[in-house]
Amino acid sequence: MAEVLVYVDHVDGAVRKPTLELLTLARRIGEPVAVHLGAGADEAAKVLGEHGAVKVLTADAAEFADYLVVPKVDALQAAYEAVNPAAVLVPSSAEGKEIAARLALRVGGGLITDAVDLEAGDEGPVATQSVFAASYSTKSRVTKGTPVITVKPNSAAPEAAPAAGTVEQLAVTFGALATGTKVVSRTPRESTGRPELTEAAIVVSGGRGVNGAENFPLIEALADSLGGAVGASRAAVDAGWYPHTNQVGQTGKSVSPQLYIAAGISGAIQHRAGMQTSKTIVAINKDEEAPIFELVDYGVVGDLFEVVPQLTDEIKARKG
Amino acid sequence: MSLRIVVCVKYVPDATGDRHFAEDLTVDRDDVDGLLSELDEYAVEQALQIADEADDAEITVLTVGPEDAKDALRKALSMGAHKAVHVEDDDLHGTDVMGTSLVLAKAVEHVGYDLVVCGMASTDGGMGVLPALLAERLGVPQVSLLSQVAVEDGKVTGRRDGDAATEQLEAALPAVVSVTDQSGEARYPSFKGIMAAKKKPVESLDLSDLGIEADEVGLDGAWTKVDSAAERPARTAGTIVKDEGEGGKQLAEFLAGQKFV
Ligand SMILES: Cc1cc2nc3c(=O)[nH]c(=O)nc-3n(C[C@H](O)[C@H](O)[C@H](O)COP(=O)(O)OP(=O)(O)OC[C@H]3O[C@@H](n4cnc5c(N)ncnc54)[C@H](O)[C@@H]3O)c2cc1C
Ligand SMILES: Nc1ncnc2c1ncn2[C@@H]1O[C@H](COP(=O)(O)O)[C@@H](O)[C@H]1O
Repeated sequence: MAEVLVYVDHVDGAVRKPTLELLTLARRIGEPVAVHLGAGADEAAKVLGEHGAVKVLTADAAEFADYLVVPKVDALQAAYEAVNPAAVLVPSSAEGKEIAARLALRVGGGLITDAVDLEAGDEGPVATQSVFAASYSTKSRVTKGTPVITVKPNSAAPEAAPAAGTVEQLAVTFGALATGTKVVSRTPRESTGRPELTEAAIVVSGGRGVNGAENFPLIEALADSLGGAVGASRAAVDAGWYPHTNQVGQTGKSVSPQLYIAAGISGAIQHRAGMQTSKTIVAINKDEEAPIFELVDYGVVGDLFEVVPQLTDEIKARKG
Repeated sequence: MSLRIVVCVKYVPDATGDRHFAEDLTVDRDDVDGLLSELDEYAVEQALQIADEADDAEITVLTVGPEDAKDALRKALSMGAHKAVHVEDDDLHGTDVMGTSLVLAKAVEHVGYDLVVCGMASTDGGMGVLPALLAERLGVPQVSLLSQVAVEDGKVTGRRDGDAATEQLEAALPAVVSVTDQSGEARYPSFKGIMAAKKKPVESLDLSDLGIEADEVGLDGAWTKVDSAAERPARTAGTIVKDEGEGGKQLAEFLAGQKFV
């Protein structure tokens, strides 16, 4: 059976959920071979194997952390040449897309970014994408070379499918460009203890209506009562009330959770672009004309300072 | 020596208008209002600030697009860029990102450059990969997705706010950078700027000027194909209640019914 390369997103061997989703999709096309760069391959291989990776190609080198993007492209290219895969799948993070694009150009394969679904087709994999702020859904395929496809988080459910997950060392030689952009320093983001925004099953976002950083704990308390992540509109981020890493929308994160709750958010097209594919959408807004209400499964017209605390208390009471 | 900056800007359909596909499943650029992609205004702004800091700098704005894309160039010129290059050719219709990056790479080389500045993503296609492809094609460092950028002593430095960490980056010129919408508000063109822009040179190039064959670009030269595009069914109207003191509880009831609680 044809092999499909899956680029692993992980933190020191802890594999992030979108990679497991990719393994589910990869199995529709062929046999997944994972590419794990950096430390922790043995730990990662267990999880990757449980989810269908027949092999885990790994390489570790200081270059991966010390220089931007290109060393990882060199390594993925080495894996590509070793395996000669039917397709290459990469998680759709900012870095993932850059790696995928450069690889596609090098190997002469067409590139599809931000797929939300993937199926096998007669003429190669067919990718579903959601475009124009999710107002259209398209089906595309690669017509030249090996398809290189980046896939958004929450596009499939990770499925257990035990496979060997045999770890093999990958030999990588870095090209002249690998050391072009030096990472002079790196400050890891502090963990909030909440789920990752793009991976969360539930997201609660606050907008300009939250009216100040000091009120965001209201949003956080609601998110915590549901075990969800916290998001924010650009207006709230630009005002300095919440970090940019939590921004949902066109220039922030794109999320597709089971449940999205928008509090004090009007629903501008750029915000919709990042949340419109959520399964269930709920809004709390005091303006009944707010465009967000066009999207909702359930909406409350009211003051979020009344509704949100009452909702949080009620959820806590029900959960006991 | 003068610092040669090329800013890549895209002319895009207005996101607040109705965007759709043409019959051949390319983005319809005829029936809709277009403008300079808002995210590329940030690129123009950073180029202007870098030029201010340099002793001597020249900013060229570059676009690949239809006739109307000149509007985007004019806007960038009125913000303060010095000259413009417009690559326009009927054979470009339907070009995908691989083709666009080829055309931009050739055009950037044609102009001559020390620094290429791009936006973080176009507001229509929104792939956010062109700067990386351009760096790959030009064989120069990629310093992308910067929320802060500076050029000094033949080096570009900047801050990249990634998912897992904030990174401080550094590369030698020539280089390709892209800047995010966190890099600083873009200026509005002044009246003087708008008047001055009318006299600034706009060079027009076609594929043959750049030594590119028609079959390397366009719909037929694309490495990908859109087979179908369907409008998403409008979300079915949900329940909307007015809060009369019990709104939070009603919402909790709904969430419980959906098994979220
Ligand atoms: C190129 C570009 C990219 C952009 N990218 C993004 C992006 O990634 N993400 C994003 O979110 N935006 C983005 N925007 C901005 C977007 O256009 C909107 O300006 C922004 O989403 C508005 O945020 P908001 O809904 O919080 O604020 P507003 O539009 O001001 O809405 C606030 C809402 O809160 C309600 N409200 C006020 N007080 C209360 C209360 N006490 N109780 C209940 N409701 C209340 C009001 O009725 C109003 O509907 C982008 C814009 C551009 C041009
Ligand atoms: N047709 C184009 N002409 C000029 N610049 C472009 C064009 N397409 C994309 N770019 C540049 O590349 C960036 C990223 O685009 P994209 O990868 O399409 O999201 C944009 O912000 C622009 O700076």
